[in-house]
Amino acid sequence: MFDICELCEPETLAEAKALFRANPELKVIAGGTDVLIRMQHGNLAGAGLLSLRNIPHLDEIQLLADGTLSIGAMAPFTRIFEHELIRKLVPVLGEASVSMGGPQVRNVATIGGNLCNGAVSADSASTLFALDALLKLETAEGERIIPMRDFYAGPGKVNLLPGELLVAILIPREGYEGMGGHYIKFAPRKAMDIATLGVAAVCKIRENRFVELRIGLGVAAPVPVRCFEAEDYAKGREVTWECVQEIARLALKPAKARSSWRASKDYREHLIEVLAQRAVAEAVKRGGGCCAD
Amino acid sequence: MLTKNAAGVKARKRLCMTVNGRAVEIEIDIRESLLDVLRDRLQFTGVKQGCSVGECGACTVLLDGTPVNSCIYLAAWAHGKTVVTIEGLAQDGKLTPVQEAFVDEGAIQCGFCTPGVVLSTTAMVDSGKCFTHDEVRRELSGHLCRCTGYQKIVDAAERALREAEIAADEHPV
Repeated sequence: MFDICELCEPETLAEAKALFRANPELKVIAGGTDVLIRMQHGNLAGAGLLSLRNIPHLDEIQLLADGTLSIGAMAPFTRIFEHELIRKLVPVLGEASVSMGGPQVRNVATIGGNLCNGAVSADSASTLFALDALLKLETAEGERIIPMRDFYAGPGKVNLLPGELLVAILIPREGYEGMGGHYIKFAPRKAMDIATLGVAAVCKIRENRFVELRIGLGVAAPVPVRCFEAEDYAKGREVTWECVQEIARLALKPAKARSSWRASKDYREHLIEVLAQRAVAEAVKRGGGCCAD
Repeated sequence: MLTKNAAGVKARKRLCMTVNGRAVEIEIDIRESLLDVLRDRLQFTGVKQGCSVGECGACTVLLDGTPVNSCIYLAAWAHGKTVVTIEGLAQDGKLTPVQEAFVDEGAIQCGFCTPGVVLSTTAMVDSGKCFTHDEVRRELSGHLCRCTGYQKIVDAAERALREAEIAADEHPV
């Protein structure tokens, strides 16, 4: 049995926001595959839960009129991985989604929960960083839309106001259109494991030159990071193997790798460079470019 | 909708769901997992409690046809849903083709992971999709077999999928 003192199951988003405003101490629960495990480990003792599972439409994946791809916060990873729009527009997010946990976890775990946990290892986070995603946050008073990179405040900490809920993840057209992408999760096991490092690269190639490149790293610093120096370096350059190698070296700049029982600092830095190289090379290929030396 | 659990008072909730084809209506404690309710209240002991943290897959059940870890799923969430446990597969003592495939391949050692693995395989077969070898391994990756008998489990799943495909070709819907 879980140490829960109450369970609120609102049927509408408006009801959920009103409840959360009145009871900001409630712990929001989406898929429960993190919250309930933490409870099983003795954390969050006696918490009241605000479950979003009964709210309809919060799990929808749709293309908005302006070309923005909207992913409901309650969309489970299996749905994301299998969804037609994801396959067509942002296959790299599908790649990241299917690397998370195992099938039973992916069937229940949601992308919104994954982000709101604030884990730097969240497989969806580095990819959404690379896709320049926005987050739609709502309170009973109103809504705000913020870039992904303003969301992470520190390890396990996200910038959610009291009573605020993550409602949807928005990927504007410029974030994905014409982009090739690749996500590499590096972990000791292929399934049911937490990333030692996650690298997501997306790029737009024209006449074998980088029009744009974006790289997101997970587990390289206390929060997911973008590799702006590497991205700026790439812009306008011809795709060559040397160029990709230099990009990978620059990808180390925002990293603040540390040693933990999972991996040493040196090893992580080695991984960042090698995996950034591979992720960019594959993204280039998928974007229609060629970096064979 | 707000289920309070004041000091000493257990918060109860009426849970209606279908388990193995039968409508079930019981009063549960909101603190219970679906695993707790299935094993302890309904005596479906084929649902195994392994790690309790969603790692091992022993507690896997089909929820509206989809495999989930019942140990990290609140029982209250199953309201209005259809649950299938291993007890719901064989009818009148006759095994399903998936179960037969596990027997034929000898894909069982101690048997603790078997109910979960059989249910995940059943979900694959019922989806009507084709799976590559790697996809079969991926779909079974949420199950730990501490006897390490993975090869025969994968063989059995592939046999079940192959036989279902042949059966579908012979008797198209």
